[in-house]
Amino acid sequence: MAEELVIDVKGLTKKFGGKTVVDHFDLAVPKGLIYGFLGPNGSGKTTTIRMVCGLLKPDEGSGACLGFDVIRESAAIKERVGYMTQKFSLYEDLSIRENLEFIARLYSLDDRKRRVAAALADLGLEARATQLAGKLSGGWKQRLALAACMIHEPRLLLLDEPTAGVDPKARRDFWDTIRHYARQGVTTLVSTHYMDEAVQCDRIAYIAYGRKLLDAPTREIPARIGLQGFEIVADDLEEPARRLKDAAGVDVIARFGAAIHACGRDEVALEAAVRPLAAIPGAKLTPIRPGLEEAFIYLMNEARDNFE
Amino acid sequence: MTPPKPSNARALAGIGRSLSRILAIFMKEMVQMRRDRITFSVMVAVPILQLTLFGFAINTDPRHLATAVLLKDEGPLTRSILSGLRQSSYFDIIAQARSEAEGEAMLRSGRISYLIVVPENFERDFVRGERPEILIAADASDPVAASGPVSAVREVALRALAADFERLPATLRPDPSPVNVVVHRQYNPAGITAYNIVPGLLGVILTMTLIMVTSIALTREIEHGTIEALLSTPVRPLEMMIGKTTPYIIVGVIQTLVVVTASVVIFRIPFEGDVIIFAFAIVVFIMTNLILGYLISTAARTQMQAMQMTFFVFLPSILLSGFMFPFRAMPEWARAIGECLPITHFLRMVREVTLKGAGAADIVGDLWPLLVIMSVLATIAVMRFRRTLD
Ligand SMILES: Nc1ncnc2c1ncn2[C@@H]1O[C@H](COP(=O)(O)OP(=O)(O)OP(=O)(O)O)[C@@H](O)[C@H]1O
Ligand SMILES: [Mg+2]
Repeated sequence: MAEELVIDVKGLTKKFGGKTVVDHFDLAVPKGLIYGFLGPNGSGKTTTIRMVCGLLKPDEGSGACLGFDVIRESAAIKERVGYMTQKFSLYEDLSIRENLEFIARLYSLDDRKRRVAAALADLGLEARATQLAGKLSGGWKQRLALAACMIHEPRLLLLDEPTAGVDPKARRDFWDTIRHYARQGVTTLVSTHYMDEAVQCDRIAYIAYGRKLLDAPTREIPARIGLQGFEIVADDLEEPARRLKDAAGVDVIARFGAAIHACGRDEVALEAAVRPLAAIPGAKLTPIRPGLEEAFIYLMNEARDNFE
Repeated sequence: MTPPKPSNARALAGIGRSLSRILAIFMKEMVQMRRDRITFSVMVAVPILQLTLFGFAINTDPRHLATAVLLKDEGPLTRSILSGLRQSSYFDIIAQARSEAEGEAMLRSGRISYLIVVPENFERDFVRGERPEILIAADASDPVAASGPVSAVREVALRALAADFERLPATLRPDPSPVNVVVHRQYNPAGITAYNIVPGLLGVILTMTLIMVTSIALTREIEHGTIEALLSTPVRPLEMMIGKTTPYIIVGVIQTLVVVTASVVIFRIPFEGDVIIFAFAIVVFIMTNLILGYLISTAARTQMQAMQMTFFVFLPSILLSGFMFPFRAMPEWARAIGECLPITHFLRMVREVTLKGAGAADIVGDLWPLLVIMSVLATIAVMRFRRTLD
């Protein structure tokens, strides 16, 4: 075996009331990697993560997580995984310290007192340790939840949108922590909607409608999609946006700040569609190299055409 | 063959981890119980409400009780006692029985509630300082605690005799009390009396509050979304059940103490039984109720559903357990249901223990069915517990 796979599942399928939410999903996550999990709302990210850690039973498929069978050995998996739920799932009527102590006891940690103290110190919450968790702001709840799921020093972190609602400074701290763990061999599967976080992942799986559309090293993704692009600025951005909509050769139109990015895989067709826009008052066209975000929008558009 | 030592060590470590997880849930539940106003008020309000409600139904300060006297001795002392009884507002002396048989016939017919008997040689024994007995036969189907009349008779006798008493030389004055008042017979002790209402009340209070608080043990976790984090930890179904129910044993014990104190102090229910056996029966009953509530919470999806299900337990518990209607008078199907209810066995045990002073041997007949019910409920609850979010 070339590299040790921490998650190795094949054909995972989950149906809710006849609707296939995750459809024959394969995932191979090597040890020590930060694996990004991207996809639009309702695409099945949470459901997949739950199946990987034994919280949901797959209807089909099989595989292993940390070397344990995801269907038969979920007890062993639960002991070794740190799972941070998308929705805050600690106790709002317990204090910060009580929540951490509770989790530490559930994992039967010998040095419970020390680990709770360390977690509080990392969070910088020692002074507010007796405050009820429900009274924390959204961002602080996320940070507490993250600390709670790491308290038993798991070898695998499954983080479901861990930084939703967290301020930029705390997000940077969070990613520093994840990278620090990764260097020590901890593997992370993290779902996110933020592009600045996606670029920090070593590898990304993109999921839509329960199917994996792409699974590649982050750096290679733009090249793999092979998009060409133009940045367009104009006095009134509505005008170019309207004219590019449904234009042949334009696969992606997206606003980036005060500009529009128009991208397509067919360079000739794209140029043909974009060049005439130069006549619009104040218009300026600049060729660009489309990044991750354009790539994902492209994937999403393709998926919509295929599934709807 | 593996050497036994490492596997033993592993088993021990496993038990240690298991205990740690139970403790985690136990402590968490304790904290939440303290902070949750609704749970707390259910636990406090229901007993107070029930005690007050039924307290009104129980006449604790009875007056003008239909009474007959049977005087087997004649003399100045006896006459003093008789006039004392006539003057007390406690008793209405409506008849003077001529014989034991006549007095008992009056009791049985319901014409009188009390028969007070002054035995032969009462005067002689009194003067000799032999503390003669005044006997009371009571119709226990009348909802009056017997301790009230007993003390009333003693007081009347003492006051009536005080004058005659003074005339005796000091050395002859009997000590501490010149007469002994005893209840020597009761009729219909299994009928609906305060005796039965109060132990029954204890059963109903424990059933209602304990099932209610544990029936939302899991639904609350589901509704708050905390179940997801909980299920992603290594906690096992049995640990979950133990951790989530045991904190409420303390609640049940406190409720029991309140009701028992109220019964003894306010309702003057005599407590005849062995405290240890009583406590044991109570704890088994409390645990059975908690597990029943927990079982409901494994089936309910929302707190509302859980509440509705608990009412399916309350109704038969009140109607078919012998609390409301005499058990033996119920049709067979109703008795069959009654036998499956924890409270039925509890009521029988508590009556045996508190009223008749029954020992361990006397309650075994109802203890084992209770233990069987508890084990069956616990097994179903552990099997029903969903380890996944499906
Ligand atoms: N327990 C459930 N019962 C029924 N449907 C469900 C259940 N859980 C998820 N779904 C459905 O499955 C689909 C995928 O949901 P999932 O939560 O996995 O998406 P997601 O990718 O995590 O979305 P988001 O980015 O919004 O978190 C959704 O349409 C959702 O409504
Ligand atoms: Mg999700």
